[in-house]
Formats: sequence, structure tokens, C-alpha cells
Amino acid sequence: MSALRGLLYKETLHILRDTRTFTVVLALPVLQVLLFGFAIRTDIHSIRLAVVDPRPDAQTLALRHRFEAGGLYQVVAVTPSRDDLEALLVSGRAQQAIVFEPGFAEALGRADAPQLAVITDTSEPNIGASMQNYARLVIQAFERDAAPARQASIRVVPQVRLRFNPTAESSNLFVPGLMALVLTLISALMTAITIAREKETGTIEALLVSPLRPWQVIVGKVGPYLIIGFASVIAVLTVARLVFHVPLEGSVTLLLAEGLLFILVSLSLGVLISSRTSSQRVAMMGALLGTMLPTLLLSGFVFPIESMPLPLQIVSNAVPARWFVEITRGIMLKGVGLTELWRETLILGGMALVLLTASVRSFHARLD
Amino acid sequence: MGADAIATDAAIHARDLTRRFGGFTAVDTISFDVAPGEVFGFLGANGAGKTTAIRMLTGLLAPSAGQATVAGFDIARDSEAVKRSIGYMSQRFSLYEDLTARENIRLYGGIYNLSRRDVADRATRILQRLGLEASADRLVRTLPLGWRQKLALSVALLHEPKIVFLDEPTGGVDPLTRRQFWELIYETAAGGTTVLVTTHYMDEAEYCDRISIMVAGRIAALGTPASLKREHGVASIDDLFVRLARPEAAP
Repeated sequence: MSALRGLLYKETLHILRDTRTFTVVLALPVLQVLLFGFAIRTDIHSIRLAVVDPRPDAQTLALRHRFEAGGLYQVVAVTPSRDDLEALLVSGRAQQAIVFEPGFAEALGRADAPQLAVITDTSEPNIGASMQNYARLVIQAFERDAAPARQASIRVVPQVRLRFNPTAESSNLFVPGLMALVLTLISALMTAITIAREKETGTIEALLVSPLRPWQVIVGKVGPYLIIGFASVIAVLTVARLVFHVPLEGSVTLLLAEGLLFILVSLSLGVLISSRTSSQRVAMMGALLGTMLPTLLLSGFVFPIESMPLPLQIVSNAVPARWFVEITRGIMLKGVGLTELWRETLILGGMALVLLTASVRSFHARLD
Repeated sequence: MGADAIATDAAIHARDLTRRFGGFTAVDTISFDVAPGEVFGFLGANGAGKTTAIRMLTGLLAPSAGQATVAGFDIARDSEAVKRSIGYMSQRFSLYEDLTARENIRLYGGIYNLSRRDVADRATRILQRLGLEASADRLVRTLPLGWRQKLALSVALLHEPKIVFLDEPTGGVDPLTRRQFWELIYETAAGGTTVLVTTHYMDEAEYCDRISIMVAGRIAALGTPASLKREHGVASIDDLFVRLARPEAAP
């Protein structure tokens, strides 16, 4: 037991004395949250709106005001003619436009459905889709208020209700994925590198020649990273809560336990990768390609799994981060517990078991 | 060479030990015995199979054929007991450079399950003997190479093993430090520890009680330096080595 304690202490010293890496590891989770939270938001503020209003009347003015009133829109141009619109959209001065027909108020009064075009710049599809939705919501509300008496004339607009993320805050969605990313980085990448480093310097042989058992060597190497990983989960959650007010509907204990499970999976992956490589450089590339990229691309963090081609959807089943992201989203945003998440947890637990066994085995195998 | 009686009290006893990597035979049916307290030299060019042989004897590598006992324990069946009985210092040198001298000693003390008091006592003794007391809390990285290697040897001997394997311990060190290092090896052997040391410095062969010269995975010569020189009628081990290595180079 004291041998193991010595190993853990030694590994901790390695980490603490490599100040540069240690700083990166500490600052990374916090920096990532802030970066994703502030810079890479997909929700939209102050959409630049152009208004084409050939003959302004009371109703067109009312609708224009309604757009401006929400704070979401900023009217950048009002013009009587459609001809100016092209230039506004192409130059990017306007991102969206509403086009009234002449006699908008009369049409409303006659109980005809008045013609109104909404033109949206969808060069960035996600933002475009959001803007389309916002405009639809504003117009719908206007219609409800403007024509309460004449039920028949109300246009039927498909109603979109946003569930689980009612404010459509992208920060709520990125935190689970970000945790997976940070944990993969710390657990898989750092472990792979630190074991490969001992192979490079030859110190691993001194450990393997000693009476230490392979599992002791592995636990001694990865133990400190488990703690760092766990600390970074807490750091990400704290910053997300304090700075972005990301909700945490479900059980914190369950969330941390699932985090631990995911760390175990990542650590085992790191050990596996390092057992197949003999240099830090190769271990790093292996970890980046084998764990970071799948976590980034196939976990549903950046690209929704439902919109992937079928083969990639199938592949994503093998990516541990996919299940972890699902679990975290469930706990944080929907507030569900193990009753709903047992399947995902079981899959993640199975992966942990298989990978842990494989990593201890591969450590044995390298003796031959 | 197979006619030797099996010496059960030998510190190291190898019979027809063989290791193949695919079609390549790195170590080819070598047999030898090392007596307790002996300084046994493993000589040979790079790639002659010295390191592979040591890796098998220390349990880092499983033999393809043949057998061996180390400190009386079978390397295939009883590798745990072998590991407890041996010390090992690799050519790439087994200290952690980002730990201090004292921390390295403590780490290995813990690994070999020494008591806290034992570790402290032995650390003081080692540091005193090496004249490293003042540098005990400096990172190993900042120590001169010669000191690092002497420290590595002391750490390999920390748990007082019966046998110590030194794999090219003097690589890259200046002649004076090499001399001091060998004094340390003698001290160790005088204390009853068996030393198996590999080297490709032929002058170091003269320091060994007995040597074996490996050529292409086989033991080409085995005996005391003096008897080998006499037998082959050469002035130095260097000459003998060249004579042995040449015909093998073009089979």
C-alpha cells in the first residue's frame, strides 16, 4: 500500500513541477467555458432588420414597433421599394427583411390574409433558422393581438415550442459537451502522454522490474489525473452556473458520479493508447485522433447526432462521450435521474469495464 | 559448453536461453552460471543481444526457449520472487529527473516496501557516500551525469538485492567517472552482491571477474579476462573481441 502511495505522490510531483502543463490543465476548463459561452454562441442578439414599407400605415408601424420592442431586432433601414433590399442583404447590412404590401392595414380590415414576406439571410444555416423562428414568433403574436375578433382570418402558423431549453440559450447546450471535451483532454490525452514519457525516458522499466503489480503501476500513474479530472468537472459546472446561469435541474451527486465513470473510461483509453506507442509525440497524435476528434465531432456536442448520415450515427454509438453528453444533458437540462438514464449509464459502465480490463491486459502484454 | 554441472547455488544460472523476435534470433541458446558475489561482464557490440538477455533475466521479457534461474528462482514460473531479489539499472538510467535525489530514494524505498526508518537511514548513508548531502534536494536533472549514474546505482541497490543487473551503466561518461563508478561496483560485490554488467567498453572487461563475449546472439567466449587472453593469444580483450566479431560478421 505504501508503494502505491509513493507512486501517487511521485506522479503528483511530476504534475506540479511541470508548471506549464499544470497551468494549462488548470486554466483550460475555465477558459473553455468562457470561450464557448461568450464567443461561440449560436443564439442571436440584435438582428439587423430591413423594412420594406411602400405605404406605411398604422398596422405596418405597429408591427415594426413590435419587432423593435423585443430588443432582439434592430431596424437598420426602412425603404419604400424592394429594389434596395438586394444591396442591403448582399452587403450584410441587413440580416433579415420584412416586406409589406401596399394597403396592409386595409387588407387586415377586410379580413383578407394580408401579404407579408420575410426574407432571411441563411448563409449561416443555424443562425438563419433561428432568425426565421424569431420573426415567425413576432408576427404570430402581432396577428393574435391585431385580429382577435376575426378568428377565421388568422393564418395558421406552425407553432414551435422550445422545450428543455426555453430561452434557447446555447450556453445551456454546450456545457455538457464541453465537460466531455475537457475530461477527454485531461484524462485520455494527459495519461497517454505521461505513460509514453516514462517509456521514452526508460523509467517505466525500473517500475516493471520491481515487485509492483501492473495494476499498481497504472493506478499510480492515473490516480492524480482522476482527481484533476474531477476537479475540472466541478470547475466547469461552477463557472457555467455563476457566469452563464446554466440550470442544473437534476441531482448533483448523480452528475458527479457519472462524471467519474466517464473519467474512468477516458483514463483507460489513455492507458490503452500509450501501451501501443513508445513516444510522447505518437501518443499525443493517437489520443487526439482516437479520443478528442470523436468527442468533438461525434458526441452530439457540435453536430446533432440526428442530423448525421446513418453510418456516422452508428459509429457515434461507440464514442463514450456521446453517452456522457446525453446523460449530462438529461441531468442538467431535463432534471431526470437514473430511472431515465440507466441505459446510457449501463453502456458507459460497460465501456469502462471493457477498457479497464483491456488496458491492464495491454500493460501485461508488453512484457512479452 | 553444455557439459557444465548444474550449479544450484549459482546466483544466475542460464541454460540454452533463447529469444526470437519473429524470424530474428536476438539471443541464441546461451548458457552460463554466475557465482554469488561475482562481477560478471556481458560484452558485445550493440545489437549482439546483451540487453535482450538481461531483459529476460529480469523478467521484462519472456524467453522463447531455454530456462534460467535468478537467485534460485525460475524466471518463467517465479518471476515475482525474482523481482524481489534483484536490482536493475538500465542504460537509459532509471531516476526521475524532475524529482530530487532524496525523493527518488524515497520513491524506490516505498516501491520495495522498506520501512520509513530504513529509507531515511539508507538515504543518509547513500548521500554521504556519494558526497551528495548538499545536493540532496536538488532536482536530479541539475546534477552532473556522473553523479546521476552513481545515484542511480545506489538507488538500484537500495533494497539490498542479492543480484544487480547493470545495463551499460557507464555509457556517455568520462573516463574518470567511469573509474569511480567501477569502484562503486567493486564495493557492491565485496558486500556479497552479485553484479551482472553489460558494456561495450572493452577496457572495462579487465575490471570483471569473468566475462562473456556475445556475438550475434551467441556467447563466443567465456572465462576470466586473463585466461581468455592466454587461450586466444591476444594482448587485450579488445583484440580478442575484434577477432571473434569478424568471422561472424560474414556468415
